[in-house]
Amino acid sequence: MIAFNKYYNHFNVVSTFLIVASLILLVFKGLNFGIDFKGGTLIELRSTDTKISVSSLRDKFSQMNLGDVSVKKFGNDTDYLIKFENKDNKKNIIEEIKSNLDKSFGNNFNFRRVENVGPKVSAELLKSGVIAISLSLAIMLFYIWIRFEWQFSLGAILALFHDVIVTLGVFSLFSLEINLSIIAAVLTIVGYSMNDTVVIFDRVRENLRKYADIKIYELTNISINETLSRTIITSATTLLALSAIYLFGGEILKGFSLAMILGVIFGTYSSIYIANTVLVRLKVSQKTVLREDKE
Amino acid sequence: MLYFSKLRILFISLFSLLFILIASSNLFKVDEGFFDKKINLGLDLQGGSYLLLEIDNDPVIEQKLQNLTSTIRNYFKDKDIKINNIKIDKQNIFFNVLDQNKKIIIDTFEDENSDINPYYPTFKSHQLILEDTGLNFKVSFSKQGLIALKTSSQDQAIEIVRRRIDEVGTNEPNILKRGNNRILVELPGLDDPMRVKSLLGKTANLTFRFVTNDNNDRFGVDKLKFEDGLDEATVSKRIIISGDNLLDAQPKMDAQTNQTIVSFSLDRVGAKRFGKATSTGIGKQLAIVLDGKIISAPVIRDTIASGSGQISGGFTFQSATDLALLLRSGALPAPLNIIEERTVGPDLGQDSINAGMIALAIGFLLVIIFMFVKYRIFGLITNVTLIINLFILLGILTLFEATLTLPGIAGIILTVGMAVDANVLIFERIKEELKDEKNNIIAFDSGYTKSRTAIIDANITTLLAAIILFFMGSGPVKGFSVTLGVGIFTTLFSVYFIARLFTSIYVSKNRNKEKLI
Repeated sequence: MIAFNKYYNHFNVVSTFLIVASLILLVFKGLNFGIDFKGGTLIELRSTDTKISVSSLRDKFSQMNLGDVSVKKFGNDTDYLIKFENKDNKKNIIEEIKSNLDKSFGNNFNFRRVENVGPKVSAELLKSGVIAISLSLAIMLFYIWIRFEWQFSLGAILALFHDVIVTLGVFSLFSLEINLSIIAAVLTIVGYSMNDTVVIFDRVRENLRKYADIKIYELTNISINETLSRTIITSATTLLALSAIYLFGGEILKGFSLAMILGVIFGTYSSIYIANTVLVRLKVSQKTVLREDKE
Repeated sequence: MLYFSKLRILFISLFSLLFILIASSNLFKVDEGFFDKKINLGLDLQGGSYLLLEIDNDPVIEQKLQNLTSTIRNYFKDKDIKINNIKIDKQNIFFNVLDQNKKIIIDTFEDENSDINPYYPTFKSHQLILEDTGLNFKVSFSKQGLIALKTSSQDQAIEIVRRRIDEVGTNEPNILKRGNNRILVELPGLDDPMRVKSLLGKTANLTFRFVTNDNNDRFGVDKLKFEDGLDEATVSKRIIISGDNLLDAQPKMDAQTNQTIVSFSLDRVGAKRFGKATSTGIGKQLAIVLDGKIISAPVIRDTIASGSGQISGGFTFQSATDLALLLRSGALPAPLNIIEERTVGPDLGQDSINAGMIALAIGFLLVIIFMFVKYRIFGLITNVTLIINLFILLGILTLFEATLTLPGIAGIILTVGMAVDANVLIFERIKEELKDEKNNIIAFDSGYTKSRTAIIDANITTLLAAIILFFMGSGPVKGFSVTLGVGIFTTLFSVYFIARLFTSIYVSKNRNKEKLI
């Protein structure tokens, strides 16, 4: 049996540090919102001429009066991702860019993807993303509240907040882009983290009923160990599937799968070191679960 | 728990087989009369354009209020009430009347059978609201009036949008209303999205009006620019004929000048008016105005009584074709703005399909190897179950003709990773049970029973997340929630029916074997 409980206090400090650091990052550095939430235009280009360099392309775009333009390589040497604000929401901007590029580089570009999100739509998408995440947290809270006692709910929700905030914190730290698919990833993380916590809690509750004389500090450790191989196998297979998406699923799914990978790791960690320590700190005992059984 | 009746086994086998067949129908060409359902590929996989259009209703409201001022003036004139100082300001009409007439005005506006202020009984609201500000009367649209106006302009606009897109000849476009002032257009497999965008971006309001030098023209004048943006002309506000009078418009080659032109034919009313205008106006310039810009302003040389004519204006064949198309399909009631656009080229779509499939194959393989190494014979059972699970998932998506997107493929891969969870929970529980219980069958039985609450809880939480995503997400992300959500149901089915069936067969045959798992 691994003595997970020996490190409860240490990892509480670590978790608190992670959450505080993430919150500081989120407040002061903020998130790197993509055009879905900020508005603007995105173009994915593929050039057939390998002699064209990023810097020459960047120069050309900065001459086009598009405002703040970012030109980056995307995946391989011939693909480029161009983003700009398109503040005036010019109607024929893509046509202008196309003819401009044709003039300077010849007809060597294939417009593989064009996305344009107006300011009104991006504000709405951001709003509905925030609502979706808040709603999912609220529904999870409600679900766990009817399934378990309040001490368990608090533990699960704290673990959830930790996972969401720290995942977003990592995105903020490395300035990774937040777009619609990241919202989907965060929601899945919420589901996964909850799933993981519930499995351990289920066992804690079962053991609480079984053993009257074991203290919660020991009991959580027993429960974690009993469910440990399941925790490891499930997170391993999930991570295997996610790494397959990250490595082979193409550029578009990179951010999404990265967020999920982070979420699964944090989710597994928090089920053990946040959710359970809350039970210990709240001094959950057999009485807590037996009271409910009587009702 | 471990016992399966023959009937049940038959049912499970048939059910699995059915879905395997349905899922495979995506790969082979099946006779269409027999089974023609297929998984739809989302725009991000097959390539195409997603456009969200917003109707700019302000000009419509302005126009309505403009008409209303004359309606109000004439209506009360017939009742011998003089309306003074009538003007429009910020979507409100203001006017004054003599104090003794105020009551009649109020009564007229509040009458449920009012001629100038329609009443909507279902909403218990008038179209217009009349307020006495003390200084004057203020008339504005009520909430319901505004909704009715927006809905009607949306109905008209969607019809015109549909006609224009049909004329371009895109296959299976999807044109839907969103809210009461937006239109969603999905165009799969589009060759030239820019052309469609420019076609939808034009209101196509066509008018024929005389060019005049008289700034005191009875109808008022507009100073309008030519298409080229250089020249300018003063044009009377009187409309001779408008786009509504057109029956047909076609691009043609003028045999004499070798120029591309648009020839048109007019309806009876239009032909009559055009004939009259061309007979009285010989020598004058007739401006052809499209969306506030003059295309050309030819001098009338002859009376045109035939009801057909032509527009020239330095067109290319493409621009003449597009203009003819716009004129045939009619004018939009209000300008449309493209507020969101997502276009994916077909080659990127194909690349995404390939990447998704490779990721699925590799992810699947990794999970299968892992499970086999970890659990041997039970790993094998899990793996066979996983494969059947995948087929059932694809089968259900096919049956409902769901749309598969790139994040949707990610959802399937994720399902593969998470589907083993339930089996792992069961197997680990059985291992624990076997520590105290010597009877294999009893241990397996209680392993299944005791792990049930955890499995159900765990799956419900993921399902809740998927449901929220389905209702809040859009496009590709929605596809993810669909595969993730459906995957939960197929996983539970395959774990509790298929995997358990295999397990029960194996355990019954090896009931006395030690170290079974």
